[in-house]
This record gives sequence, structure tokens and C-alpha cells, in this order.
Amino acid sequence: SRQCGLLCSQNYPLYIRSVPTENELKFHYTVHTSLDVVDEKISAMGKALVDQRELYLGLLYPTEDYKVYGYVTNSKVKFVMVVDSSNTALRDNEIRSMFRKLHNSYTDIMCNPFYNPGDRIHSRAFDTMVNSMMMQVC
Amino acid sequence: MEQGPAGGSGPAAAAAAAAAAAGTGCLLLPLSETEQQRYSELFSRCCPPPEAAAGGSSVGELFRASQLPPDTLHQITEVCGAKRVGYFGPAQFYIALKLIAAAQSGFPVRIESIKNELPLPRFMALKNDTEVRYGTPAEFHGVKFQVPHATLEKNSYKRTDEGDKQEPKSPSMSPICSPPASPSTYQRIPLSYGYGKARSGLEQQHGAPYEVRHSTHQQDGPSSGNYGAKSALTCSTPNRSLSVEREQQDSSSQYSDDPWRITEEQRDYYINQFRSLQPDLNAFISGSVAKNFFTKSKLPIPELSHIWELSDVDCDGALTLPEFCAAFHLVVARKNGYQLPETLPETLLPEYLQAACLKPVRDCALFDSYSEPLPSSQQTRDFSRAEKSSTEEVPDNSTLLQDGKKDDKQAVKVSTTLKTIPKEFQHLTVKAAAQEPNALRARPRSRSYSSTSIEDAMKKGEEPPTPPPRPQKSHSRASSLDLNKIFQQNTQAVRSGWLPPPPPALPPRPSVSQTEQPSEVELHPQMNRPPSQAEENSSAKKEVVLAQPPSKPARRKLRTEAQGLETPELSPTINVTSSLPAVKPHLPVQKQSSKQKRAIQTAIRKNKEANAVLARLNSELQQQLKEVHKERIALETQLEQLRPVTVL
Repeated sequence: SRQCGLLCSQNYPLYIRSVPTENELKFHYTVHTSLDVVDEKISAMGKALVDQRELYLGLLYPTEDYKVYGYVTNSKVKFVMVVDSSNTALRDNEIRSMFRKLHNSYTDIMCNPFYNPGDRIHSRAFDTMVNSMMMQVC
Repeated sequence: MEQGPAGGSGPAAAAAAAAAAAGTGCLLLPLSETEQQRYSELFSRCCPPPEAAAGGSSVGELFRASQLPPDTLHQITEVCGAKRVGYFGPAQFYIALKLIAAAQSGFPVRIESIKNELPLPRFMALKNDTEVRYGTPAEFHGVKFQVPHATLEKNSYKRTDEGDKQEPKSPSMSPICSPPASPSTYQRIPLSYGYGKARSGLEQQHGAPYEVRHSTHQQDGPSSGNYGAKSALTCSTPNRSLSVEREQQDSSSQYSDDPWRITEEQRDYYINQFRSLQPDLNAFISGSVAKNFFTKSKLPIPELSHIWELSDVDCDGALTLPEFCAAFHLVVARKNGYQLPETLPETLLPEYLQAACLKPVRDCALFDSYSEPLPSSQQTRDFSRAEKSSTEEVPDNSTLLQDGKKDDKQAVKVSTTLKTIPKEFQHLTVKAAAQEPNALRARPRSRSYSSTSIEDAMKKGEEPPTPPPRPQKSHSRASSLDLNKIFQQNTQAVRSGWLPPPPPALPPRPSVSQTEQPSEVELHPQMNRPPSQAEENSSAKKEVVLAQPPSKPARRKLRTEAQGLETPELSPTINVTSSLPAVKPHLPVQKQSSKQKRAIQTAIRKNKEANAVLARLNSELQQQLKEVHKERIALETQLEQLRPVTVL
């Protein structure tokens, strides 16, 4: 199972999707708690260049069941992805590419003048992209 | 002599006949059964029951819907006696209807001609598609008006000739939407007539073929009705909505049930609208401009957001001409009740539209080449006629209406709406252009813009395959002087090009000029800020034109600043900022921008507070409304209980 959550700079969720959907609350909690780790990494980055490598935060922390990956955008929007530990086939590159796709889709959403930053994301294109991505992995 | 409300057909007809006799100096107006019925229906539509006389505006709209030249309508109103008595009583109304029928049959407008047996007058009715379809083959060339008749609805699917366009549409439409209920159609008709009213002859000419088609699209009567009411208030609304509606119908009818195909008329309309937002057809319409524009359609924001997603194929936050056409078309479709597709239909893809858009827009020959000679030829005729007579139409309109006050009101409303914040639709006129700075500044969008620009820059940085920013986004500086001319031309063309309002006309599109202003100011913020703030009107517009940035990303960023600058203009801080320009030449730019930023922030805070207050008020009122409803229901049930047993 997997869950990917998209959080905004004010630390409230803009978008959360979980597949499969049981234990969703637990994943919400996980994503929220991982924000601390993300913040920690961001502050550690200091004057980070706007570089994709540095946008990708990598494995935030592994727990008993799952791993959490983080990614932050230029505008300090945090992407958090939670994957099953049993899913060992997932490589770092794949995670990076998934984050990149997320970022691209998020940018597309931003290009929509009817979207106000800070709103929850209801874009169907975004949903489709996330679904396909998660199906790919699970 | 006028009886009360023309409710029942029998008494109304009799009264009308008697009144007609009395009103026209002993002219006994023979009305057949069907005529009586129809006339009374029309009259009741134009004249809400308690009143004795039909409202001048609705009557005017109805007349215009008859698609007769304004001179004829003028004559008719004179002959029927409404001018003499000053209002449209049942007698005058019935006589006028009969005269309209006579005129449509080719008889001169005289009392004598109506003594004969005449076919029923036909109006470009928005109501029943069936009725609209009905036209005599002889009247194929667009001047068909069918008075909506409830009984005719059932026969709607029989016509195949000129209503051919609508024909294929109607079968497809029927599964989608149930036939419009009479009350809703009635409601729509006045609204559609209202549209015609604003645009007088121009709309009539254009509306004829389209309104017919449009009737089949009337799925959301109430919502369209709202739009209609709104449009009746503002000058520009009818044109836009009508032509949009018209195009919508036209397209679907043209291409055998494909609502996602854009017809030539629609494309032309869209291109005109595009031009009003962005004179250079090869350039983009920025996101904020487009947002303002489409927000005026009163569709909910999530739907607009989805439409944008569908149409902005390259996801660059701006619309090219084909993208704009697609988006506009989707808006029109949604307005007409179609569900938005999940993915962009093939016929709306930019590549597809690009090929189509390459055809000359104003090529009359192109119109004629289409398989629907009627609408196209009609339209070309109308265009030329309208363009010539557009200025004449307005005075004709007022006299025709016989309700000069209403026209004055409309004119006043037009000018006031132009000045107000763009909540209503504004016609694209030169006046609107002057109002743009005000309206535009009223809408703070700096927030989304900054994020957009940041994201956009980020996106560009991290996506090598992304195509480079498009060149010349807008016209160059040299064309700034031409802008006014273009706008005037656009105004003219727009007026002439807009057909009579189809029934559920879309609300008028936001004035284009507003969108133009901010983007252009961005380009040379320093240069333009002082002058634009100082003048705030047409001069700002010119500067905006001058300032049009060549590249999109730069433009966006500048826009953010400019938007921020312009936002506080409406607030008390405007004084602060306007005083700034006075000393601006001496102050460094940064000082100015920081002051403006502060001003912007205060303005944002104030707006947020106002929002919160209004939201609270709204919820309180909603609560009150609910309570009142409950009380009412309780009282009604009580009443029912107390009422003596009714007749079995």
C-alpha cells in the first residue's frame, strides 16, 4: 500500500491520497509527523540551490512498516510519500521520478489561474496522475 | 379599454379584439382561434398577469426577435397604436403581432393588411425548440420566428430543412435533457428577448438562426434565466451570451450532434472575444486576464478550473487562440447544460483548432462555403448590415421600445456597470477600456500570480523538454497607438457581430480591456506606475499597451508587481500610491515598490477582513432564511388544517 501526501508550506494538507484506503488515518498521521523531519532537513540545507537533487530529501525515516520520502519545492511546498517497507523493489531513482512527476503536475495546477495557492487540490488531471503512479507501484 | 391580465385565451382574445376595435378606431381585428391562443400566450409572457399592459422592454425584445428590420418594427408600433397611447395594451399588442405576421409574410405594415388571414408571427423564440424548428420552407433564410406554443413541442422533431441544423441536434439533445417545461421556456423567452432588446436589430439578425438552435440547448432554464436577467441589465451581456449560445447551438446542429465542434460563427465570435482581450491573435491571453474573463460567465470556480485544465494543453498558464476557443467553447457548453468531459474532445484540441483558425476569420466566402448557407449567409449579411447600421440601431431601439426610460436606464446601467467592479458583464467598448484599470485593480491576484510565476520559473528550470517561452506574447510598443483604434473597431465589430441573445445567454464577458491593463503595466512598472496611477483610465490603458512585455515569464513576474500595485488603488491607499507618482521621478524605484507593497498588504488585510465579515453575515442570513422557511411551512400546514373541506 502506499500513500502520498502533499503538504503546503503552512503545514496543512493540500492533497492526500492513499491506496489502498484502509488505515488512511494512520497514514495521515505519519505524513503529518514526517513534516518535522522535512523541516529539519530543510533547515539543514541552508542556502540550498534550486536544484532537483536538493529538492529531493530522500528517505526521511524508516519505521517498522514503511518508509517515508520527502521532497520540497521551490515555494516550500512539501511532498511526502509513504511506501510499504515490503516494497523493496522501489529504488531511489523511481522515487525521484515520482516526485518529479508530482512536482510537474503541481506546477500545472499552479498554472491554472482559477487555482489559488493554499486551496485543496481538486484537479482531475492531478488525480489521474497520482492514481496511475500509485497503481504502478502497488 | 384594456382589460385585465390576459390570462385565459378566450376572454383575453375577446377582450383584445374588443380593445383592438376600440383602440384603433373601430378596427375590428378578427383573430382566429390559434391566433388568439398564441397572442394571448405571447402577451402573458410579455405582461405579467397583474399588469394591464405589457412591459415595453419585453415587448421590444419580442419584436426584435421577430427579426424584422427596425424600421418595420417602428412602423408597427406606430400603426398598432401603442405609440399613441404610450403603452402596449392587449389591443396594441395583438395588433402588433398581427402586423408582424403581415410584415413577415411580405405585406406592408398597414392596418388593412392585417384584416386578411395571416400565418402566425414567428419569433426567434428561445423557448421551444419545436417551435423554432417550424418555419416555412419559404422562410428558410433565417427570418423564421416561431411563437413558442406548448402544443407544438411534440412535433419538434419533424422538421428537416432549415431547421436541419437543429434537427440532428434535437434527437441527440432529447436524451440529454428533457424538453423544456413551458414555464421555464416562458421565462427564457422574455430573457432572450431582453437580450435582443439591448442589441436591437443587430441581435435580431444574428439571432435568428441561432436562437432556434439554442432552444434545443435549453436545459438549465433557471440558471440561464438568471443570466438573462443579468444580461438585460447590462449592455454587453446579451450580445455575448446570445452569440455564444447561438454558436453553441449552431455548432452542434452543424455537425450532427457533436457539441464539441466549433462552428465558424462560434469561432469568429471567440476570435473577436480573444481580440478584445488581446489584440494580437498570435499572442497569449494571460491567466489572470482569462480568469477574469471566464469568471464573468458565472460558472462555479471548480468548473472553470476544470475547463482551464482541459483547454490549457501546454499548461503554461496562458491561452493561445485555439486554447482560448476551446475554453470558451467549453464554457458555452457548460452553460448550456452539457457536462464537462473528462478529457479534451478531439475537436477542441489546439492542433485541430489551429488548423481551423488559420482560415481567414472574416472571410465571407468562407461562410458561404459551409453547408449551412442559411446561417452563414445570414450572418455575413448581418455583419455587413449590422456594421453599417450599428449606430442607427441604438436610436431605433429606443424609439422602437416605446419605453425610452428603459433605454435610458439601460444606458445608465451600462455606464455604471462599466464603472463598477467587474462582477457583471461588461460590453467591450472603449468605455470599458477606460474602466479597466479600476476594475482590474479591484481584483487582487498578486498571491496567485507570484506563486504562478515562481512555479513557472521552477518548472522551466527543471523541465528541459518544455518548449521555450513563446515569442512576442503581445503586440509591440508601436501598436499602442493603434490599440484605441482597434478597440473601437472591436466595439463596432462586436456590436455588429453579436447576435440576438439566445435564450440562456451567457452573462456578458468581462471587459477585455481590464485584463489588458495590468499585464501591460507590468512590463514597465516603473514607467507606467506613476502615470497609470495618476490617470487610472484611458491613459493607463495606453501605457499598458506600450508596456507589453515580450516574454511570458517576465510578464508574469512584472504582472505580480503591477497587480500588487494596482490592487490598492481602489482602497484608501490609492491616495497614498497616487501621491507617490507625483514624486516618483525623484524617488528610487525600490522605495516606491516597498511602499506599494505595504499598501498592497494593508489592502489585502482589509479585503480579508471584509471577506470574513461578509461570510459571517451570509451564514447568518442563511440561517435566518432557513428559519423563515420552516415557519412558513408550519403556517402553511396549519392553514391547510384549518381550511374547510374542499370540494370533492
